[in-house]
Amino acid sequence: MTGNLVDIRNLNVRFTGARTVHAINDLTLTLKQGETLALLGESGSGKSVTLKTLLRLLPPKRTQIDGEIEVNGVDVLTLSGKKLQAYRGEEVSMVFQEPGLALDPVYTVGDQIAESVMRHKGVRKEEALSTALDMLRRVRIPSPERRLRNYPHELSGGMLQRVMIALALACRPRLLLADEPTTALDATVQIQILLLLRDLQREFGMGVIFVTHDIGVAVEVSERIAVMYAGQIVEEGTTREVIKDPRHPYTRGLLAANLHDAARGARLNAIPGAPPSLDTRPDACSFAPRCPLAEPACRAALPPVHVPSDRRRVACIHANAFVAAE
Amino acid sequence: MFSYFLRRVILMLPVAFGVSVICFLLVQIAPGDPLTAIMPVDATADEQAAMRAIYGLDKPLPVQYAIWIGNLAQGDMGKSIATGRPVAGEVFGAVQNSLLLAASAAVIAFPIGIFLGFLAGYFRDTLLDRAVTAISIAGVSVPNYWLGIVLVIIFSVNLGWLPSMGAGPGGSQDWSWDWLHIRHLVLPAVTLAVVPIGIVARTVRALAGDLLTQDFVLALYAKGMSRGDVLRHVARNAAATALSVMGLQLGYLLGGSILIETVFNWPGSGFLLSNAIFQRDLPLLQGTILVLALFFVGMNLIVDVAQAAIDPRIKRS
Repeated sequence: MTGNLVDIRNLNVRFTGARTVHAINDLTLTLKQGETLALLGESGSGKSVTLKTLLRLLPPKRTQIDGEIEVNGVDVLTLSGKKLQAYRGEEVSMVFQEPGLALDPVYTVGDQIAESVMRHKGVRKEEALSTALDMLRRVRIPSPERRLRNYPHELSGGMLQRVMIALALACRPRLLLADEPTTALDATVQIQILLLLRDLQREFGMGVIFVTHDIGVAVEVSERIAVMYAGQIVEEGTTREVIKDPRHPYTRGLLAANLHDAARGARLNAIPGAPPSLDTRPDACSFAPRCPLAEPACRAALPPVHVPSDRRRVACIHANAFVAAE
Repeated sequence: MFSYFLRRVILMLPVAFGVSVICFLLVQIAPGDPLTAIMPVDATADEQAAMRAIYGLDKPLPVQYAIWIGNLAQGDMGKSIATGRPVAGEVFGAVQNSLLLAASAAVIAFPIGIFLGFLAGYFRDTLLDRAVTAISIAGVSVPNYWLGIVLVIIFSVNLGWLPSMGAGPGGSQDWSWDWLHIRHLVLPAVTLAVVPIGIVARTVRALAGDLLTQDFVLALYAKGMSRGDVLRHVARNAAATALSVMGLQLGYLLGGSILIETVFNWPGSGFLLSNAIFQRDLPLLQGTILVLALFFVGMNLIVDVAQAAIDPRIKRS
């Protein structure tokens, strides 16, 4: 027992099939109870795969998983059958990117929340529905009694995401996984959902892993940030550390590419190039081909992981050079 | 729900009217004179005109239609020109037999088709999936009258297990639920079931395969649902579409079994229809087509209402 809510050690996830993809490569990550971590990275960096691995949602036949995952002391990778079902939804639950697709269109939202409550808490339908009603109130859905009997297609996107959050939290999980929960929503609704998630996290005291590609969102919701690139975590630290003192060139690139302080008419500082294909397991720094500071050493071997302080790490040979330069 | 049902029924009325007009006119377009079949060859023009007047064939078409529909409303579908018997009795007897055959084929075909389709959809791209696909393509492609003849050769001629003709012993027309009658039903029903097995299996396979890749299935697993729960959700999602396909299939089975009824001498509507066509028996032809067409319309109504009851996305307003 390490006292951590989530302990991921040396996780490797590989998809086999027509084409092999090394989606996650030697990922190590911890999360304490009540902590909110933003998993930041661009499309294909392995953020969603990490979440799905935590819930064992990847197709077993086409996925090879090595490493260790413990959530609240439970070895997740050996769970099966009833134990896996009890773990999903009760210990750990998930909010999906597209609430309109993640809810079953032919059941009312009340039934869908109640279904989960009945399964995990072993209560009767009426009691489960009253829990569902209470949850709809907590996610601040107006006239919840009426909404309970609505079908997903009768609700707006923001409303649906609130339902999805109510569903995810109905059984009071210790850990909430949020897979870009605001990406599919309008900008004005996004901020409402973010604030709601933050409030509920405080109220329920659960751990949250929040996947996003948007630095602004990460700053808004999280205490800690882990930056992912090519299936690895390249930099991790508190949100403040990562934003104020980014050490990895990729993190710096992401911050520079942010639109907020771009002058009108000036060229945006995009990171040149595209992420690697991950057909083979990286044996050197994956970011080197796009990195302005790359040296021969970067292409020869995996970069060393610098640990400037407790729970802060940077996988780059230049990690200390930045400090010296400033 | 009830207002939706009522609205559908009201919408059905113009369709039914159109169907009756088409039934009436189609028969008029067909070449040949119904009277030549029953009149002696040397009948004089006067005699022909008299006969024409008896059947009302001398009046203008709109008047004929009005008379026909007026009688229809009173349950009188006219008299068969060939036999002189009332059409209504002939048609309903035959439609009952056809309905029996179609329903039996459906009872065989739908569960098998649904089961095979679900299996193939769940185990997509496996050997099982390919086997089911092969079965369903074969089922749809094999001409069923040919299959009927083959089955007769095997089970009636060679093995002698089942009869090959009629709906009861000694060519009796009266149905009853005993083995003597049911054994007459087996071969035609099985033959007729082959095509819908293929069609239903392919539909359900596509539906299940598609639904299983959707996000909500993943979300169901994510909230701790078992495989059984997930399949229940998928089945409910697939039900509306599958139902509409099955409803249409039942309609086809009823009206489209002419060949099978001919092969097995089954005294059904198809059999009656082919007789009516060859004898240019206009009232019988009109009556049979109308009843079958109205049955199809009614079937559609039932399917629509059932779909709306199952799938909330189908507008009820």
